[in-house]
Amino acid sequence: MNSTNRTVVVTGVGATTPLGGDAPSTWEAMLAGRSGVRLLEEEWAAELPVRIAAKIAVEPGTIIPRPQARKLDRSAQFALLAAREAWADAGFTARAGEDSSIDPDRLGAVVASGIGGVTTLLDQYDVLREKGVRKVSPHTVPMLMPNSPAANVSIDLNARAGAHTPVSACASGAEAIGYAIEMIRSGRADVVVAGGTEASIHPLPMVAFGNMMAMSKNNDDPHGASRPFDVDRNGFVMGEGSGAIVLESAEHAAARGARVYAQAIGQGISADAHHITQPEPSGNGIGNALQNLVENTGISGAEVAHVNAHATSTPQGDLAEIKALRKVFGDDVDHMAVSATKSMTGHLLGGAGGVETVASVLALYHRLAPPTINIGSLDPEADADVVTGEARALPAEGPIVALNDSFGFGGHNVVLAFRSI
Amino acid sequence: MAATQEEILEGLAEIVNEIAGIPTEDVLLDKSFTDDLDVDSLSMVEVVVAAEERFDVKIPDDDVKNLKTVGDAVEYILKHQG
Repeated sequence: MNSTNRTVVVTGVGATTPLGGDAPSTWEAMLAGRSGVRLLEEEWAAELPVRIAAKIAVEPGTIIPRPQARKLDRSAQFALLAAREAWADAGFTARAGEDSSIDPDRLGAVVASGIGGVTTLLDQYDVLREKGVRKVSPHTVPMLMPNSPAANVSIDLNARAGAHTPVSACASGAEAIGYAIEMIRSGRADVVVAGGTEASIHPLPMVAFGNMMAMSKNNDDPHGASRPFDVDRNGFVMGEGSGAIVLESAEHAAARGARVYAQAIGQGISADAHHITQPEPSGNGIGNALQNLVENTGISGAEVAHVNAHATSTPQGDLAEIKALRKVFGDDVDHMAVSATKSMTGHLLGGAGGVETVASVLALYHRLAPPTINIGSLDPEADADVVTGEARALPAEGPIVALNDSFGFGGHNVVLAFRSI
Repeated sequence: MAATQEEILEGLAEIVNEIAGIPTEDVLLDKSFTDDLDVDSLSMVEVVVAAEERFDVKIPDDDVKNLKTVGDAVEYILKHQG
């Protein structure tokens, strides 16, 4: 089984997001151009400079039984739901081994988070100060460790080929999927459940990101606050949730007659080595990731029909991404339908790469690019064919490629490529 | 006023139900916390802390390992409650 460079395909998708409790409802809301951003009405939010966020549409506590939920950080709860949905969507009927079409030793779990169990950490510190030593939950450590979502998905699905958690801030989810593709390609696994998750809508992260001047303070207009590529964009809006996919070797998928959404072609990676939070403004760092993708996979700009942009709605970042696409793909960018789904979901940080990969894969499968909402006036420097207004049909015939860009604080650049079947 | 054996069992059943989701009627004297009631070593710490509070008793960490069954815990609390 130690073959290399095997073809990898996507056979399942799952998500729980501010737009819907599963992948179909999230996708439908994206196509309809709905915003998941709301005014935070919690008491703790009243005095914060940023009082808007994209909270989850379906509370995980309404699905996961309480005895299990109370031992899982919110980020792990999201990941478990997205992973289980992707698993069932791929046609598996039970845990690995119990479903005999998958050997537990050939199943991996790669689930990332940008920040980890930050709400557990902060809540338990409050417990320590207010209620004392004895009341701190003995589950605190396994709840807050950043690998907890991956570990819990591994336990839940009986994935024994390896459970991993790459951490690269807002590129984490994409890096997890890239890592999973390599696990299958190198022969370490036949099937890997991969994605990202985040749950950091809590006073401290909200204030900390706000004090970095990274977030939109458009408290009076929640639906219009996340506006990638618009001239009036002024920062990202925090979102929460998770997206996961099932990746599988093409042979394994064919042997069990699985439905295939798309081929996972591969990844391109680079690091800016420029600044801990600001993107390299010329787009050179991102361009290096795109160039790395082209060299790794042999794709050409002519094939790329759709880009799910990282586009968080920050003044600098959105333009650096477009500059990088132009630098590497030149005039081919003209025929790429560029969508910024964060205009609707907000920015799920480490969950973004997971949710946006689900969106990219469904875009290829349905040959539809979701819209970018809130573009009143497209930034003239965003020199690309941004999908505004309504969802747009992608070319109906022949194979097409979609890219999913993800970049993280620290200068992490990850680009994933998928091809239609 | 000290709790009776019956009251302690009833209280423990509620605690185990809250923490592990086991129906209260299944929490019986002869049941093992780990083998029968899905209370692992971490959840056992929660059970102990909740029981200490409810029955005004101190259960030192060294004694917790001897509480294998619900009956062990009931007996311990009966003997040591304040």
